[in-house]
Amino acid sequence: MLSIESFVAISLIKTVIALFVLLTAVAYTVWLERKVVGHMQNRWGPTRVGPFGLLQPLADGVKFMFKEDLIPPHVYKPLYMAAPMLAVVFALTSIAVIPVGNSISIGGIQTSLQIADVNIGLLIILGVTSLGVYGVALAGWSSNSKYSLLGGLRASAQMVSYEIALGLSLVGVLILSGSLSLREIVDAQSGTYWGVLPRWNIFPQFIAFFIYLMAAYAETNRIPFDLPEAETELVAGYHTEYSAMKFAMFFMAEYANMITVACVASLLFLGGWHGPRFGPPLLQAILPVFWFALRIFGFLFVYIWIRGTLPRFRYDQLMAFGWKFLLPLAIANLVVTALVVAIQS
Amino acid sequence: MQPVATTFFFYFLSGITVLSGILVITRNNAVHSALALILGLLAQAGLYLMLYAPFVAGVQIILYAGGIMVLFLFVIMLVNLERAQKEEQFNKQWLVGLLAAVALGGLLFAVYVKGGTLFTEHIAQPVENSNTQQIGVMLYGNYMFAFEIASLLLLVAIIGAVVMAKKRI
Repeated sequence: MLSIESFVAISLIKTVIALFVLLTAVAYTVWLERKVVGHMQNRWGPTRVGPFGLLQPLADGVKFMFKEDLIPPHVYKPLYMAAPMLAVVFALTSIAVIPVGNSISIGGIQTSLQIADVNIGLLIILGVTSLGVYGVALAGWSSNSKYSLLGGLRASAQMVSYEIALGLSLVGVLILSGSLSLREIVDAQSGTYWGVLPRWNIFPQFIAFFIYLMAAYAETNRIPFDLPEAETELVAGYHTEYSAMKFAMFFMAEYANMITVACVASLLFLGGWHGPRFGPPLLQAILPVFWFALRIFGFLFVYIWIRGTLPRFRYDQLMAFGWKFLLPLAIANLVVTALVVAIQS
Repeated sequence: MQPVATTFFFYFLSGITVLSGILVITRNNAVHSALALILGLLAQAGLYLMLYAPFVAGVQIILYAGGIMVLFLFVIMLVNLERAQKEEQFNKQWLVGLLAAVALGGLLFAVYVKGGTLFTEHIAQPVENSNTQQIGVMLYGNYMFAFEIASLLLLVAIIGAVVMAKKRI
């Protein structure tokens, strides 16, 4: 049993490491997106700063810091300031319950590769992402401009609508694994079907995976569902009136949310960190983390790929798709899954 | 691990709940009231956590703070707030309100004074791990009938809202 002091100390260290890795990943996801979309559109993407433009995120960061932080006179200041902070805080919070691998022991202290191992991990992620909409909605309202307000309204309507399909698509996985703890859900996916196919939830729950994928794109306001920031109609949507670091915070929140969504998809559908383990003990300890990161990378690549491929939906199409297609499909999937599990047990 | 500083967290969360409750009714701006209500709901979720009910706490955040209040805010953002702010904050029924508040307060105080004999001392058992399962068994087993009636009521309310909002069905 750990004492309270060492518990706090270990948690603090893990938090700092997790945040550092997450923010670096956010910065390099932006680089990856610019590079991949560039190549898809027959351009080079960033090439000037460092080899392959690898230092571009640093340059962008410096630029955002030193840009003039403009606060328009017509905004409602307290909420205008708070909105980007809320967005980024809620986006970063969900990393606290995401496990990235089994436990490791350093210097005689056994600790799991996760900041907080709670048994309602999935509920916390859903709760925190559902709170994330306040950053966007309040930014739209407090900016006191019609483009921002329309963007904020669109964002809140869209996120509330797709949250339902998203939540329902995850319930099928919960029925199969019988737990809300992310670690137990991953553990339930070890082993194989008939000795060849890995026991991942994506195979019995492929409909749920499809629903999750679609709803997650809508939740993170990405193309083809990026109506809250549709440039052709709304200038930039909810962050029209923001500049410098405040704008960068919305940007960071969006990419952090993408990574969270990728983590949840890997944990729930793709078997988390399970993968072949070989070599010396040190390698064996690190490999699961590597497999997990590889899945997240694959997921982010698909995100960017879709961004480079699909045009934007119309608003009524977006709502019809969410309510009339994804939601009934999610409910049907839930009923069938529950029936099969009930018959089998 | 044993819980730490439970007394502090209880009074801290209760204080936030009460304070935000007062803010909800005293703010002029409806958006501020809604934000105060969200804060109060979050603090309540914390209180549920202290009662070893993590599932209830999670659902409280997802449904109330993250779902219903977003819709509240959505509607308020569409309302012309400048006109609403000029209107009177409280109506003229403060005397009735005061009487009701005093009566309720007296009742609560009486419960607090006599509570020692009315309610047996009960310490919540740490059943965190099976909280979700227990709630499921309770809802779909012991209280199935009440649960179904509640969902029927909600369905009726939804149908009523659709009928009222849509001119041509």
